[in-house]
Amino acid sequence: MNPQPRFRFLPMPFHSVLLLIVWLLLNNTVSFGHIVLGSFLALTIPMLTAGMQNPQPRFHRPLIMIRYAIMVLGDIIVANFEVALLVLGPSKKLQPAFIAVPIDIVNELPITILASTVSLTPGTVSAEVSEDKNWLYVHVLHMTDKDELIATIKQRYEQPLTEIFAC
Amino acid sequence: MEFWIEVVVSAFLIFGGVFVFIGSLGLAKLPDFYTRLHAPTKATTLGMGSLLVASSVMITYQQGYLSLHELLITLFLLITAPVTAHMIAKTALHHKLHIIDRTTGKTSAKNARKRESSEEHSA
Amino acid sequence: MLSTAIMISTTLVCISLMLNLWRLFKGPGRPDRILALDTMYINSIALIILFGISAGTALYFEAALLIAMLGFVSTVAMCKYILRGDLIE
Repeated sequence: MNPQPRFRFLPMPFHSVLLLIVWLLLNNTVSFGHIVLGSFLALTIPMLTAGMQNPQPRFHRPLIMIRYAIMVLGDIIVANFEVALLVLGPSKKLQPAFIAVPIDIVNELPITILASTVSLTPGTVSAEVSEDKNWLYVHVLHMTDKDELIATIKQRYEQPLTEIFAC
Repeated sequence: MEFWIEVVVSAFLIFGGVFVFIGSLGLAKLPDFYTRLHAPTKATTLGMGSLLVASSVMITYQQGYLSLHELLITLFLLITAPVTAHMIAKTALHHKLHIIDRTTGKTSAKNARKRESSEEHSA
Repeated sequence: MLSTAIMISTTLVCISLMLNLWRLFKGPGRPDRILALDTMYINSIALIILFGISAGTALYFEAALLIAMLGFVSTVAMCKYILRGDLIE
């Protein structure tokens, strides 16, 4: 946001924690030496790269974020069974469709999360976002009811995202 | 090896193998590109996930410490699968790949393509 | 029982690799080929993980992670190349 970013000791606290966790997972250990080395990396890498970051909206409600992630994981498993049944069934009966879903959220990060969620869940793949960021173009593998599908996407996935990012 | 660990690992292995196979079967048999895109992005991701869980349980039991680094690959695949699917779908739209005739809502596809090209002009 | 499960799973993954190869040769479009290659990357990770389980070591984890990363980057690079005709604008 501000043109001359001021030097800060801990520019991205969330990323620092993430870096430490990934380092420990990568080495598959929680020994003291790796915690020290990981903490050093987690402190220096954000300091060096803070200038390259685009300003992103903050997570206002982290608890809803966790609930959303768990819900999406459950949906992924259900969606996979649905797609597997559709693939194994006769492909003559499939009714593929392109639909345009109107989206209300404006920032890039929530739109990215929404598009990724749509790609991973029930029989839909996001293909394109319109230039003014008002429409998400989605390909559906087997469509039974267009309005119901759009309503599901908006209620189940977009509604929590607007709460999380408060936009 | 204890019996129930063997049962759990075997179940995860078979489940994962079947889902990876279904993903590739869909890639081979579905009629047009856009429908083909669905199978590998979804089924293969879940299949890989369960194979990696099997590996994690197995290594944890054998080595005697909690082995979680397979989670990294699972997370990486979960994050990257929708991104690659989106990129490939965008490429196919832009190349005007053949859409099977019974697809409804072709005007949406046309709109999506137009937005893309108008974006190109302004860029 | 475990070795049987590994055998069945490996067979399924190998058949899937053959199906991907068929799609890679047949096409018909370039996006189809990219999709087939991407699926082949993921299936080869599955094969390496299965080999790691049957050998009983965690050594092959790094190879699997590297293939996952390179596969993602190369798929995106290929898409970008045939989308824009250039990689770095």
